[in-house]
Amino acid sequence: MPNTTDRRPAATRTIVSPLELRSRRGSRIYWALLTATVTVFTLVFVFPLYWMVTGAMKTGEEIARTPPTLFPESPDFSVFADAWELFDIGTLLRNTLFYAVGAWLFALAVDVSAAYALSKLRPMFGNAILAGMLATLMIPPIVVMIPAYITVTDVPILGWHLLNSPWAIWFPVAANGFNVFLLKRFFDSIPNELLEAAEIDGVPPWRVLWSIILPISRPILGVVSLFTVVLVFKDFVWPLLVLPDSEKMTLSVGLSQTAGAVTQNQIMAGLVIASIPMIIVFFLFQRSIMAGLTAGSLKG
Amino acid sequence: MRTLTVKPKPKQQVATERRVAPERQVVPRRRPPTKRRRAARRNLTAYGFLCAALFCFALFAWWPIVREVVLSFQQTNLVDEPSWVGLDNFRTVVNDPAFGEAWRNTFVFTLLALLCGYVVPFAVAVVLNELRHARAYLRFVVYLPVMLPPIVSVLLFRWFYDPGPGLFNQALDAVGLPTLAWLDSTSTALFSLVIVSTWMNLGAGVLIYLAALQNIPGELYEAAELDGAGILKRIRHVTIPQTRLILTLMLMLQIVATMQVFIEPYMLTGGGPENATVTVAYLMYQYAFVYGGNYGAGSALGLMLMLVLLAVAAVQLRLTREEK
Repeated sequence: MPNTTDRRPAATRTIVSPLELRSRRGSRIYWALLTATVTVFTLVFVFPLYWMVTGAMKTGEEIARTPPTLFPESPDFSVFADAWELFDIGTLLRNTLFYAVGAWLFALAVDVSAAYALSKLRPMFGNAILAGMLATLMIPPIVVMIPAYITVTDVPILGWHLLNSPWAIWFPVAANGFNVFLLKRFFDSIPNELLEAAEIDGVPPWRVLWSIILPISRPILGVVSLFTVVLVFKDFVWPLLVLPDSEKMTLSVGLSQTAGAVTQNQIMAGLVIASIPMIIVFFLFQRSIMAGLTAGSLKG
Repeated sequence: MRTLTVKPKPKQQVATERRVAPERQVVPRRRPPTKRRRAARRNLTAYGFLCAALFCFALFAWWPIVREVVLSFQQTNLVDEPSWVGLDNFRTVVNDPAFGEAWRNTFVFTLLALLCGYVVPFAVAVVLNELRHARAYLRFVVYLPVMLPPIVSVLLFRWFYDPGPGLFNQALDAVGLPTLAWLDSTSTALFSLVIVSTWMNLGAGVLIYLAALQNIPGELYEAAELDGAGILKRIRHVTIPQTRLILTLMLMLQIVATMQVFIEPYMLTGGGPENATVTVAYLMYQYAFVYGGNYGAGSALGLMLMLVLLAVAAVQLRLTREEK
């Protein structure tokens, strides 16, 4: 990037100069724009969620009424308990959590060691392997969903049958070129001198990875972990195909399967419950998520 | 950090003592090959670390691509030995009346989604970058739908689109506008899908552009202003050139992402009305998992989509290379 040398702290100077902003006309336009943006954003992004929560608490009669009521007349919280029961959210949530945590641990172990090998051990054909991993980013998973599904039903050579098995989620999640790339780029920035010293002392590579690289890499590990967990929570098509057993389903798939058989306010209650984990994650890890997006954007 | 420097040290003495002793016996005799041997050992360790990833990639990323090509020339039911059928699968899908519609819909969807999902987030990011207040709130709010599982957004919007008590028609009615059939009419169904899709993905683009905008040095704007450039000219001559790399990259990512649209037609319209929302990915799913396991025809469609996406990627590479 050409502008790294003279980069100044953010928010010093943007398109509009501070002088223009301070002028009478400037400040009037600024406040109008700010009000408009806040209003539109609230209306577009918050109101639908408000409608979802209040819709859940309306009675079947009230939810179908025209014109609609802005506030539920007598908020009924028992619908959340009903939805929990009807959708079997306990099982679904437990499954999803299990897949997410497993995917997190497995993908991290696989991708970190791969990135370490590619970045620091630099084996023969390392660049070709990295290129092969990155090339898979050009092909969205849905394009190869049929052969991938067939692979799951009968893993070549090994003959495993992975339908309804958590490995059907974990293996593909670990095969993530972007994660390997992010990690490798971070490891590249760790000075080799640090590792050479350890190497001369005869510290085995796995210990170098565990005691030197991993502690330094906490920020990028956080980002990769978050993305993996969020990915598993949000995914729909793949779990729909490979976890057909209703006892093994994820939250997303389970909701879609039962949504046709329950009332509108119960669906909304189910959606509210399904949104809560991700919103909590977002509240807790906002900073890392933003950092991760930025890391991704520098890819070019 | 402290554990980092302190811990390995005591080990170091033990390790050197242990290692030096046996090597003295072997090394003098075969001095020349040691370098090569060390390289070999290094490679072996590296591949040890790589093997799990290679296994995952081989099975679930690389092999499926090869298998897709193979499958598209085969007839298989996963039980009997597959038979080679030449171009039959391609003939089947091309002759499907939904084939043309699926491609047309996918392209129209991509185009509309690019207008809403590529141009709008950039404009929003430019505006957000100018604002000095409520930034944290706006950033949080715009990214909120991105965090929700897509199934939540899709089912929520299915209710909004409901022609009776749905929020959208109620709102139109309240301000005296004619109501729409949304998902039930061939003229609006595809656009309704674009709206949901945009709503749930917009935030990611906004935040990425915002990060790029914050890296633009303020001096450039100052210089442009001194040269008498108005606000629009500053955007054209400073903002856009400075973010060009990310803009081109995001264009490709967006195309790849939108071409695989699936959950929206699957949950909202089932491809209807009258194939107005059948997309290539959805048709592919139907061949393989709805019409009784025609994996060959599905793979043929998948292969076509893959080739289109690879062509997009090739153009993209070309463009970025020219920039450099």
